[in-house]
Amino acid sequence: MSLTTNENRITTEELRELLAGRRLPKWAPWALAGGAIGISLLLLAVGVLGGVAQAAVSAGVLFLVGQAVWSFRIEGRRHATDRFATTLIYSAFVVAIVPLVAILFSVIQKGLEVLRPEFFTETMRNVSSRGTGGGILHALIGTIEQVLMATIIAVPIGVMVAIYLVEYGKGKLATTISFFVDVMTGVPSIVAGLFVFTGLILTFGLERSGFAASLALVILMLPVVVRTTEEMLKLVPKDLREASYALGVPKWRTITSIVLPTALSGIITGVMLAVARVAGETAPLLLTTFLTQSLNWDLFSGPQAALPTFIWDQISSGTDPSVNRAWGGALVLILFVALLYVGARIVAKIFAPKTR
Amino acid sequence: MSQQTVTKPDPVGIRGSSVRRGDRIFFNLSRAAGVLMLAITGAIGIFLAWKAIPSLQTDSANFFTEQSWFPDSVPPVFGIAALAFGTVVTALVAMVLAVPVAIGIALFISHYASRRVASTLGFLVDLLAAVPSIIFGLWGLSVLMPNMQGFIAWIVQYFGWIPLFANPEQVYTKSILIAGVVLAIMILPTISAVTREVFLQVPQGHIEASLALGATRWEMVKMVVFPFGKPGMVSAAMLGLGRALGETIAVALILSAVFEINWQITEPGGNTFAANIALKWNEAGPNGLSALIASGLVLFIITLAVNMIARLIVARRKEYSGANS
Repeated sequence: MSLTTNENRITTEELRELLAGRRLPKWAPWALAGGAIGISLLLLAVGVLGGVAQAAVSAGVLFLVGQAVWSFRIEGRRHATDRFATTLIYSAFVVAIVPLVAILFSVIQKGLEVLRPEFFTETMRNVSSRGTGGGILHALIGTIEQVLMATIIAVPIGVMVAIYLVEYGKGKLATTISFFVDVMTGVPSIVAGLFVFTGLILTFGLERSGFAASLALVILMLPVVVRTTEEMLKLVPKDLREASYALGVPKWRTITSIVLPTALSGIITGVMLAVARVAGETAPLLLTTFLTQSLNWDLFSGPQAALPTFIWDQISSGTDPSVNRAWGGALVLILFVALLYVGARIVAKIFAPKTR
Repeated sequence: MSQQTVTKPDPVGIRGSSVRRGDRIFFNLSRAAGVLMLAITGAIGIFLAWKAIPSLQTDSANFFTEQSWFPDSVPPVFGIAALAFGTVVTALVAMVLAVPVAIGIALFISHYASRRVASTLGFLVDLLAAVPSIIFGLWGLSVLMPNMQGFIAWIVQYFGWIPLFANPEQVYTKSILIAGVVLAIMILPTISAVTREVFLQVPQGHIEASLALGATRWEMVKMVVFPFGKPGMVSAAMLGLGRALGETIAVALILSAVFEINWQITEPGGNTFAANIALKWNEAGPNGLSALIASGLVLFIITLAVNMIARLIVARRKEYSGANS
């Protein structure tokens, strides 16, 4: 109505205002952010705020409140709520990234202090907890052996389970297995250790050794391997299988020579991610092996160290040099895991099925 | 490689009964592997129960209501009351902190961030899941704990009148609150990953319809995404809860392992099933081991139940969204 009764022509600016209501200018959030940070820095300089963390929180609160008030006065309640929620959602992401960066920063900074070449070639044998020096060779060897053994056992079983679920799985049994694979992903790692201890060490007299630790890791790896392999097998097109059947190839040969090679890159990626996850497990190792400060190549007998238990042991000692060594071990463990992640990505690229 | 086997199949492999035998063997192998998975799940419960019984028979206190833990004394006195309390409260603190943030992250990645950067940002959050728990423990103990002192002191100063935050001794280390914060960071990626997947399944038509009707983005989220994603959010939270309940090493390093029920979450104290097993394992006698296994059995049953409920909710959701598309 107002359009027709008004004698003057209206500008597009006013038209937009009539249709969509008044909005804050585009620069408003930036100006607000600048103002909030400025005020917080001022308060920090004056000494009202105690530290950078407090200044960051105060800037965030100022921004949130300032924007809500300004928006409420100009745009109304709905848009004010929208802006408020948007800010909270963005800050939720920042809240998640802060600890990630903080942890990586601490591990790299404190780990580099002790990371010398000898750190990789020496063990903790005859190194007192109060003295500096020593290394992680024994733990590194232990972790590599245990994780390798766990992979060798878990991968064939896990891949076979996935094949059953994808290629044969119909009916109650498959649904039940699929359900319990999911449930098993949530089994606490310490329970896996308890199971190997009660089921194999107490009942069948298996020695507490690196191998027992590997078996506990198998329990933790299996569901992850099954899940990722299953996803990859599902991605293999039906046409490939049917073409193979049409040529008279039996089903098992189709699976082993058509389906698995096609899904190989995904399976290897999944396996490496599963390895990365179990490589850092501490609790099951504490229950199934004994700690040691010496190098032990034998996976099947005697106490064997591992990177996570090495870190645990060094923290427990509590002296400054040993806590430093714990940080060094943490850096090596993170590098180990990161290497597996990068490796997984490279493998995925190399073995990816050629798409024409 | 694979093409060759297609075009030149082994002539022996495709003849009559041998085909069926090969198929039968392979089928049975794969089914046996599947059954093995079920067997392992069952065997965990059976073996833990079997080895837990001896200590339960000797326990001179009520296993469920006793707070102290002296399984190797004569007569043995131990119970899980304090452990159960600590486990549940620590996990609850973690949930209260993590769930809102995780839902925010999931929303950010699924509906707020631009498509181009969304997957990279999602990968960053997933990286948090790749950090081993021993490193969370080390960081929580020697970096986070000293830096949280001031913040906890501030809470106690202004909210100390709430019994939960009371702290008359003014010692702010090794508390349930700190363990809860570390646990919250650890379960963030678990919760946000599942929630994100569910949020991405929201039908595009619903989203566009609500925006076309003039809803702001937040109104769209509230009226379309949340109702659709609610079961997924619940089950994601429960998966996170399962992980928080079972976390061992980080909690064992941070809590001060006290065998009493104490509601003051800013005071040193607290203990959990998993942390107690890790801490007491090497000093326990035969009866002590059995008692720890009994507490592990309780933990296993609780986490199994939580995970099963979570998975059942998600499974029902899958059927629903499948029928919808």
